[in-house]
Amino acid sequence: MSATGRPEREYRSAQHEGTPVSATGRPEREYRSAQHEGTPVSATGRPEREYRSAQHEGTPARALRWNEPLPRGTDLPVLLPVAARVARTAAAERRAGTWTLRLGPAHGLALLLVFVIGCGVAQAQAGAGNPSILATIWKWTPLLLRGFVFNLAISVVAMGAGTLAGMLLGFAQISLLRPVRGGARVVTQFFRNAPWLVLLFYCMFLLPFQVTIFGVTIPIPDWLKATLGLALPVMANVAEIVRGAVQSIPTAQWESSASLAFNRRQTLWMIILPQCIKRMLPPWMNLYAILTMSTVLASIVGVNEMMSLTRQALSAENRPGLLLAFYSYVLLWFFVYCYPIARWTVRLEARYAVNQ
Amino acid sequence: MPATATEPIVVIRDVHKSFGDVEVLKGVSFDVPKGGVICIIGPSGSGKSTLLRCINGLVPINSGTIMVAGFHVETLTTDQQRIALRKKVSMVFQQYNLFPHKTALQNVMMAPIHVLKEDKAEVHARAIALLKKVGLTEKANAYPGELSGGQQQRVAIARSLAMRPDVMLFDEVTAALDPETVKEVLNTIRELVKDGMTCMLVTHEMRFAREIADTVCFTDGGLIVESGPPAQLFDHPVKDRTRAFLSQIL
Amino acid sequence: MQTFWDWFRWLHDTTGINLTIFYDAFDRGRFASGLWMTIKLSCACIVLSVLIGIAGAWLQGSRLRITRKIVHGYIQFFRNTPPLVQLYFFYFGVGSLLSTTDASGGASPLVSNVAWAIISLSFFAGAFNVEIFRSGIEAVPKTTVEAAESLGFSRLRTYLFIVFPLAFRIGLPALNNNLINLIKTTTLAYAIAVPEMLYMSSQIWSDELNVPEMMNVLLVCYFALVGLLAYGMDRWERAIKVPGFGA
Repeated sequence: MSATGRPEREYRSAQHEGTPVSATGRPEREYRSAQHEGTPVSATGRPEREYRSAQHEGTPARALRWNEPLPRGTDLPVLLPVAARVARTAAAERRAGTWTLRLGPAHGLALLLVFVIGCGVAQAQAGAGNPSILATIWKWTPLLLRGFVFNLAISVVAMGAGTLAGMLLGFAQISLLRPVRGGARVVTQFFRNAPWLVLLFYCMFLLPFQVTIFGVTIPIPDWLKATLGLALPVMANVAEIVRGAVQSIPTAQWESSASLAFNRRQTLWMIILPQCIKRMLPPWMNLYAILTMSTVLASIVGVNEMMSLTRQALSAENRPGLLLAFYSYVLLWFFVYCYPIARWTVRLEARYAVNQ
Repeated sequence: MPATATEPIVVIRDVHKSFGDVEVLKGVSFDVPKGGVICIIGPSGSGKSTLLRCINGLVPINSGTIMVAGFHVETLTTDQQRIALRKKVSMVFQQYNLFPHKTALQNVMMAPIHVLKEDKAEVHARAIALLKKVGLTEKANAYPGELSGGQQQRVAIARSLAMRPDVMLFDEVTAALDPETVKEVLNTIRELVKDGMTCMLVTHEMRFAREIADTVCFTDGGLIVESGPPAQLFDHPVKDRTRAFLSQIL
Repeated sequence: MQTFWDWFRWLHDTTGINLTIFYDAFDRGRFASGLWMTIKLSCACIVLSVLIGIAGAWLQGSRLRITRKIVHGYIQFFRNTPPLVQLYFFYFGVGSLLSTTDASGGASPLVSNVAWAIISLSFFAGAFNVEIFRSGIEAVPKTTVEAAESLGFSRLRTYLFIVFPLAFRIGLPALNNNLINLIKTTTLAYAIAVPEMLYMSSQIWSDELNVPEMMNVLLVCYFALVGLLAYGMDRWERAIKVPGFGA
């Protein structure tokens, strides 16, 4: 157990002084300053290099196969910053548990185009007696929007509940108590690895349709059960976002707060978390956009949200060719809602990247 | 050791520290008298920074004893005990480590308010005075991201001073700075020494070490190879290793 | 073996925990076929999506602008729409266009629902793979490629021995994320009645009325499947990690 209360980090900071890491692994700045200050970058100063070359001389040279590990501790700058960016993105996506949504105005235009084409096709196929396609869509719009409100309600409540629970789970994952930490980790991993649809089924079928508390019977409607089903994976992903953000804060911040005699709780609340919020916001918002799109899954388990209602409308109309027009219409509504969120996420991310 | 009448405030005896298989400190011993200034020099990886971290209780030691300002550092087990130590012993880091989400002034004020639970108005006045002392009055409301390296480091020193420590530890505080800004930080430390603060510095600035230190320790391979007053160590080193190191540097 | 199965019958009799998939041969068969279908679906989609990724990355390096535009459009479509909508689009939209009239006069689809699930999910995951491989290739410095060419490597050899190994290493963590996501997404095939694990389980629980048991079995199975892939990929990733990069 390290004195700073962060056991897993101890080794890293230890490396800093004890066993020097390779030139690529250490901050560029440090390297530069060491040079201009006139510190000898001699063999005595960097024992690891000497050791490595000695090791290499001992082993016969052999070509590496494509899937083989590179020798450890190479200090050749082999790859462009692009590679670092790829690695960063991958790490961020792994933490967030979802892919990143990148909506642009072009997507909206394309969707609109598909919608127009769909309407054109439907109009061409329509018989003489049928009302115009736009009139048909207009007729169904109030019902579809009622469904859309359901989608939004599910997304907001699931996000709220999932975020609250996820924050707690995330903090539990960085607890100093080993059982708490381990337990939280297992729970997080379990819900991250479970498909969203299975969790949705789980809540749909296993939650009671009503609960009785102190003699008051409260019915649990289907959409609320679906909401809980979606809140579970959100919880796990938020937990991971929290943990990742906390760990992305440099160890130095923990050390300097420790040396200023802050206790762990103060360090976490006053130093670490305020810095985390900026980093957590983009993945959190992206998760929300993905969640909003995923609320259509509720149609599979029979919640009357926009997607189910669209299908019902289509079967009520029973006209060929409406499919494309209706579904692109639905997607347009989702786009209108998700687009500002996705844009804002990108803006925040860019600002964070500049400040980094 | 220079002959000083006062009681030593830092007493280090036979400290060993390993990271995994690598033994970084192999039995280090020395004393620092109250108000003394000790400079630790030596090649990279010789355990200098680790030694300071051990003194501040950031890194636990394997064996030996460290006595600082009345605390037996190696016996501290709880956070409370370490916090008590750190109220007396403050450390300034190579990479400044300011809190990036707080202004310079807030950085200085935070610890006294929340750790020492002191009165806000009083802390504010003291923080302003400290920033003035390090020559950054006009930067009080700037965020660390808006300050140069030298300015950040001076804020970091002010932040440590705000705790009114008995001992200040400086871990290569000028190593990450541009040559022009090194001077302003060194001036700040010089002021401190003049005020009688007990200081331990790990540094590569040999000229500075010669100027302000009472004692200079040369470390290599986890041991103190040689120590003595700067004039003696720099001009008449006894050990070959010291001589070799100095000839490379100077 | 029989005693093992019988133990679950005993479990049912004594505790009421009704795991028919263990003691009932018919249910066992159904569940096993569902599990097998999920595995087949996952494997087929992984292979196909990686192939799509490689082909797409290659096409994105094309000199023709129109090819690049098409690949770009493909990526944008599959990245930014819900996979369920994509599945419906293929199955109900494209699928209804591609049908023939059989002897009895009814419309029979040319492409089965299983095939549509594989196609749809592969295109979904493939869109991400294209980007992953493309950015991996771009991350290999021009100078490295030039160095290889100046050493007398042909373009193909440069690609095979220099560019691809590096690009693959760089892209592996992202690929890993994507494939894990893909396995989780295979559950959507339920929506078009592909007899995979979720679908078969739902049949079993509607026959046997053992919803809680089957739900837990499902969760554990998916956890194991995803965990297995995640573990394997993680090991591989760590084994061939390029030093100096990555978190």
